[in-house]
Amino acid sequence: MTGYIHSKESFGTVDGPGIRYVLFLQGCPMRCLYCHNPDTWETGKGESITVDEVLSEFNKNRSFYSKGGITVSGGEPLLQVDFLTELFKKAKSGGIHTCIDTSGVTYNPENTAYIKKLDELMSFTDLVMLDIKQINSEKHKSLTGKDNAHILEFAKYLEQKKVPVWIRHVVVEGYSDDADDLVGLGEFIGGLKNLKALDVIPYHTMGITKYKAMGIEYPLEGMDSLPFQKAADAKKLILEGIKRVRK
Amino acid sequence: MDFENWKGFEGGTWKKEINVRSFIKHNYTPYDGDESFLEGPTQDTIDLWEQVLDLSKQEREAGGVLDMDTKTISTITSHAPGYLNKEKERIVGFQTDKPFKRALMPYGGIRMAEKACKDNGYELDPEIKEFFTIHRKTHNAGVFDAYTPEMRACRSSHIITGLPDAYGRGRIIGDYRRVALYGVDRLIADKLEQKETTRSAMYSQVIQEREEISEQIRALQQLKEMAMSYGFDISLPAKDTKEAIQWLYFGYLAAVKEQNGAAMSLGRTSTFLDIYAERDLKNGVYTEKELQEMIDHFIMKLRLIKFARTPEYNQLFSGDPQWVTESIGGVAIDGRHMVTKMSYRYLHTLENLGAAPEPNLTVLWSLRLPENFKRFCAKISIETSSVQYENDDLMRFHHGDDYAIACCVSSMVVGKEMQFFGARANLAKCLLYAINGGVDEISGKQVAPEYRPITSEYLDYDEVMKRYDAMMEWLAGVYVNTLNIIHYMHDKYCYEKLQMALHDKKVTRWFATGIAGLSVVADSLSAIKYAKVKTIRDESGLVVDYEVEGDFPKYGNDDDRVDGIAYDIVHRFMTHIKKNHTYRDGIPTTSILTITSNVVYGKNTGATPDGRKKGEAFAPGANPMHRRDSHGAVASLASVAKLPFIDAQDGISNTFSIIPGALGKDDRIFAGDIEIDLDCSNGACGTPTLFEGLDTDE
Repeated sequence: MTGYIHSKESFGTVDGPGIRYVLFLQGCPMRCLYCHNPDTWETGKGESITVDEVLSEFNKNRSFYSKGGITVSGGEPLLQVDFLTELFKKAKSGGIHTCIDTSGVTYNPENTAYIKKLDELMSFTDLVMLDIKQINSEKHKSLTGKDNAHILEFAKYLEQKKVPVWIRHVVVEGYSDDADDLVGLGEFIGGLKNLKALDVIPYHTMGITKYKAMGIEYPLEGMDSLPFQKAADAKKLILEGIKRVRK
Repeated sequence: MDFENWKGFEGGTWKKEINVRSFIKHNYTPYDGDESFLEGPTQDTIDLWEQVLDLSKQEREAGGVLDMDTKTISTITSHAPGYLNKEKERIVGFQTDKPFKRALMPYGGIRMAEKACKDNGYELDPEIKEFFTIHRKTHNAGVFDAYTPEMRACRSSHIITGLPDAYGRGRIIGDYRRVALYGVDRLIADKLEQKETTRSAMYSQVIQEREEISEQIRALQQLKEMAMSYGFDISLPAKDTKEAIQWLYFGYLAAVKEQNGAAMSLGRTSTFLDIYAERDLKNGVYTEKELQEMIDHFIMKLRLIKFARTPEYNQLFSGDPQWVTESIGGVAIDGRHMVTKMSYRYLHTLENLGAAPEPNLTVLWSLRLPENFKRFCAKISIETSSVQYENDDLMRFHHGDDYAIACCVSSMVVGKEMQFFGARANLAKCLLYAINGGVDEISGKQVAPEYRPITSEYLDYDEVMKRYDAMMEWLAGVYVNTLNIIHYMHDKYCYEKLQMALHDKKVTRWFATGIAGLSVVADSLSAIKYAKVKTIRDESGLVVDYEVEGDFPKYGNDDDRVDGIAYDIVHRFMTHIKKNHTYRDGIPTTSILTITSNVVYGKNTGATPDGRKKGEAFAPGANPMHRRDSHGAVASLASVAKLPFIDAQDGISNTFSIIPGALGKDDRIFAGDIEIDLDCSNGACGTPTLFEGLDTDE
């Protein structure tokens, strides 16, 4: 089984617990305004890699990953669900911790064939890092080009499947920093029994050079990186929401 | 033998013979707890450190040197006692009669000593100059009397470089703990017995041995005398922690009064001293606060070790390093880890006094170190970037559990092994010599023998390797023989009598060599093998540049095709080194460790087939070349880890920086096992972070 990747990182420290081998898969249907990896958008491109190649690279340096594992990120990794399933199936049989970093955008409860595939994949998945970009569906659409209905349903699906999740949220001034939205996000994720961690990420401008290199316009031109304190404040509000539903 | 001051210590072989390891093994207490017992700096510590910072500022403003002795030749007893503030210092002793005054040490070479004075705005006393030019020969003068023209050519073309032929070789660690544990009288008695038991047929080795032991005894007597000038009688064992630190430090101080070595390392002292601290805590002699204060003052003294050096020397080493390396932690042969409270106290000085490159605190890392200590080290590293790590699991196999690191990576059993430091050979330049038939690519001079040069436009891997192997064999020969001269002369004119007095009679001597430019060579050969490399010649036909067509595997990406080349080069070069006779039966080793001098080596080397331009810096040590490792840190580290330690037992170094935030969320590298409660996450407790692990009801 072959996957198509944008790149790989042998020392991933922010995409799941411990030190991780991270595969960034090629292709994504979302067009988030702040995306810092526009070069992963296009499907049908990328370097091909087989499941066995991934596992052999991982196992060669396994001593580095004793407290980590494999994370598949992207792009949107769930576009290549068959590749992921075979990779995780083999990884789990070798005792490797598996993690998916996803936007959840490909989830569709109507598509039973796809759900069947997801069911199988989730049986080999130890952790999902789900990026909820906006709890307000309208604002979600203006920020990413898609509404968030399927994403929130995906969160519920993961809860039902008892797959542990870390929720990620990128704070962008004017787009995802409204106090009510943040508390609302907290209330939503606070209701998830499988929630294990919250990761709040301040918007940064490191993607700009890629847009320039690719000759495309940067949608948030002129916006500065979000100060740390504003992200910390946002986190406080999300936790406030979590506490509201848990008390 | 037994002493009143040993009361409370468990007995063992150490009471019958000089054997510090046995003392440690029978008496130390492994510590598994965390850092919560540590104490902050006392007012005296803060005051003294402020005084030091002020003097440091004055020193910088004065252009790098505050004061320099130009008349008194430094010996163990040459200077009156010096203090910062006698009332406040718990541990005393400076190299000269005042802090920040650099001593005059001409035995390595009078020209270097003179230049160190002159370049810093001082003038060497003309009588001293005359004395060491006419009446007393130096190490440097001896070496140049014996060098062959070929050796001199290699030296000036920088294919062999950084040789300790004009300065002290260093890299010897005296077992300074012996001074504290036994007192100097017992050590002198031991040396007298050693002298009585040499062979009686007087061939040159025996004569040399007898003369050296006599020198050692004299040094020990001077050590006692120096300590007495500070008001301490160190003829008997130390009675408590304060004395143990002071006795040990006097031992070290005597060494740095006598020798201006390229690396003057301390050894492995923390767990040794912890035994005294545990006894004193138990008997209520000192409190934790007092113990930390003593260690803070001791470390402060080590930070103030200074030598008179030239700007060129500082350029070579990118600073003014002393390599006061102290090895901390590790695991014992019996399976217990060797982390003690004192290991924490040493590292804690980086918090109490602030970050500093010296002393070079080096953690002997093992997978079996206690978790709490690992976390503490990680925390200190993140806060101060001042901790060096070495692989104890690898070195313990070769050196046991009482070795220490000299300089940055050279491991040796304390008091039982020493090293002849040998700088390094520039293997990247050697590759260019193989291509150009021994002609230097920068000077155009014939330096190596006139082997057949490569005449084709494109380089052929097999042809280059054949020439390269022959050129390495030549280089290894001239290199080892150059070192033979250097160490013969150093022993003769600049013998480390105090440091060797703190060694056993029978000493294992490591004959260290070194490699510079390994990643340049590996990538160059990979480019020749997997891409196409075109030669660019000047009008005389000399290859002065290269054009690489196509891509090739680069060292630092965990790619066996090129990592295998790096492995092969190290092994081949070491095989050639071993073919040569070595002075005093030195056991050949090599290191891949240019931590800072890679810049200077690169400057003196022409363009290389990997696409590196003339004069561009090499990568430090065994590091991949700058920005060529594109697969993340693990892949980069994995490439380095493939190098054969058995061939490079003197050490393989990898300089590694991580930007803030790259070690996991909020640099908490143990992400994923964080437990928090929601009340705390509102920012009420501690620094706000952006990542929270949540307790969730299942």
